Amino acid sequence: MQTRIQREARPESMLINMGPSHPAMHGTIRIMLELDAERILNAEVEVGYLHRGFEKTCENKTYFNLLPYTDRLNYVSPLINNLGYAMTMEKMLGVAVPERAQLIRVLMSELSRVSDHLTCLAAMAMECGAFTVFLYMMKAREFLWDTIEFTAGARMTTSYIRIGGVRADLHPDWRASLAAAVGETRKVLKDVAGLLDKNSIFQGRTRGVGVMSQEDALSYGWTGPCLRSTGVPYDVRKASPYLVYDRLKFEVPTGECGDNYDRYNVRMREMEQSLRLLEQIAVLIPEAPPLTGGLEIEPAEAIRVSRRQKAPGRVRLSPNLEGSEKDRLAGLMTSDGPVGVPPKEDTYATMEGLISHFLFFMNGKGIRPPKGDVYFSVEGGNGEVGFYIVSDGTDRPYRLHLRAPCFHVVAALEQLIIGRLIADVIPTFGSMNMIGGELDR
Amino acid sequence: MGKEALIEDIRTKLGRAVEAVSDSFGDTVLTVRSDSLRSALAGLRERPFDYAVLLDITCVDFAAGEGRFELVYHLYSLSRNVRLRLKTSVPASDPAAASASGLWKNAGWLEREVFDMFGVRFPGHPDLKRILTYEGFEGHPLRKSYPWRLAQPRIPLKDKL
Repeated sequence: MQTRIQREARPESMLINMGPSHPAMHGTIRIMLELDAERILNAEVEVGYLHRGFEKTCENKTYFNLLPYTDRLNYVSPLINNLGYAMTMEKMLGVAVPERAQLIRVLMSELSRVSDHLTCLAAMAMECGAFTVFLYMMKAREFLWDTIEFTAGARMTTSYIRIGGVRADLHPDWRASLAAAVGETRKVLKDVAGLLDKNSIFQGRTRGVGVMSQEDALSYGWTGPCLRSTGVPYDVRKASPYLVYDRLKFEVPTGECGDNYDRYNVRMREMEQSLRLLEQIAVLIPEAPPLTGGLEIEPAEAIRVSRRQKAPGRVRLSPNLEGSEKDRLAGLMTSDGPVGVPPKEDTYATMEGLISHFLFFMNGKGIRPPKGDVYFSVEGGNGEVGFYIVSDGTDRPYRLHLRAPCFHVVAALEQLIIGRLIADVIPTFGSMNMIGGELDR
Repeated sequence: MGKEALIEDIRTKLGRAVEAVSDSFGDTVLTVRSDSLRSALAGLRERPFDYAVLLDITCVDFAAGEGRFELVYHLYSLSRNVRLRLKTSVPASDPAAASASGLWKNAGWLEREVFDMFGVRFPGHPDLKRILTYEGFEGHPLRKSYPWRLAQPRIPLKDKL
């Protein structure tokens, strides 16, 4: 079947494909262009190359099991996706999250936001030829991901923020690694600003290119940095504050004319605000309480001793459970109902603990929210990440839908490039921060 | 405008289009008749309601039990900083609802997604075709009648553009 652009094509113009196998299209998007020499007369964007049935898969998984799939939506800021899903479930279950877990969640959200913006701008600059900027920003991102990896155990597929709290406490050395990451990122931002802000090549390709008006941005449902670049100061963290954002000081940077340069500039300034937030939150998070109960004993020994008397000391856990000890978990996971995984010490050493473990993981048991539907959103790297969940009272969602912010942004791409030159597609598309995992779900 | 006053105003403005107003976990939910969906959306977009942002369109399949699909619209008003969920039911035998593509520019893509995933048609849509799956995909994957992990037939290579 003919595509729209083929039907509408003028006889004298040329049709050309850009992507999906094009380095600037990130392998997941195809733009069909109708050209008069270099001038774009008409364009059609085709998405869906990374569609993997996220929503269908989630509807066939339990509420607990589907969490790792949310990592793979916006894979440069997976923790914010985890957070959006977990908070939607908490809204439906009506559970309160402990203070320490909320602070850690803000810390993780802001680390992810900086790494998201770094990735976007790095790719955008590289596609415009500024390879140095790409390398600098990737370096900064590694420092941020080190901090995340220390605690969560993984750089990208973290599944760290769980329904009801977080999986484990922060790594003992988190303060040093956070300070290093913030310092390195500041240096990189300064270097990058020096390389790009007054660079005439970069200015030429971004200023006045891909201009979006406020009315159109709202009509396209834009949110996040792209909307703010047009001058609308909408940020979910300010408009409907969640976690502890209402207690923190930060500004919402906005642009003036909504062109590519404004989208770059808003992201740069937002990263500075996020670093500011990271410093505030590091002060607010208290030191972890020391573990109680003297000597460590093996689970088998604990069971043997407990046949006659209360086992002394605490049960030794596998090193990969570091931070999720029972003492720590109290400040990290809600105690309202069966929402989090029961403490492993109980599971390994007591019969009651083993039963509650099975009751959490068995089919038809575990997290079962009341009937109804709920929508909740958080501020992701790209904008408003919203989850819409319909529950029928079982342990699996009847319907789970993600409001992907970049779906709305990419929907406007055709309008932004029609009438421009081929070369303008690259910075315009780059400044949108299209993330295939989130766009195509 | 408080929540109650808002609901009262919406009822006055939209009249018999409103079937029910309810509250779900703190979210305001408005149910409208499917034949007056477009006029309801157009009314809500205007002042004083000012729902200038269409956040999302999606659909829920209740075909097996209740013989209907439920279209779900999420609206956001920037000036009043409130969200609204608007629902309407369409029959599962012939699911169709008026397109909102003239009201919001992102409605075009969002309705293509609902069409792709659920097979709901939107009369008035300029170019209703699949968006996340491809030409030649059989069935609508998010319907409950579509089995998880169903294999699809192989399709011929796309024509060169």
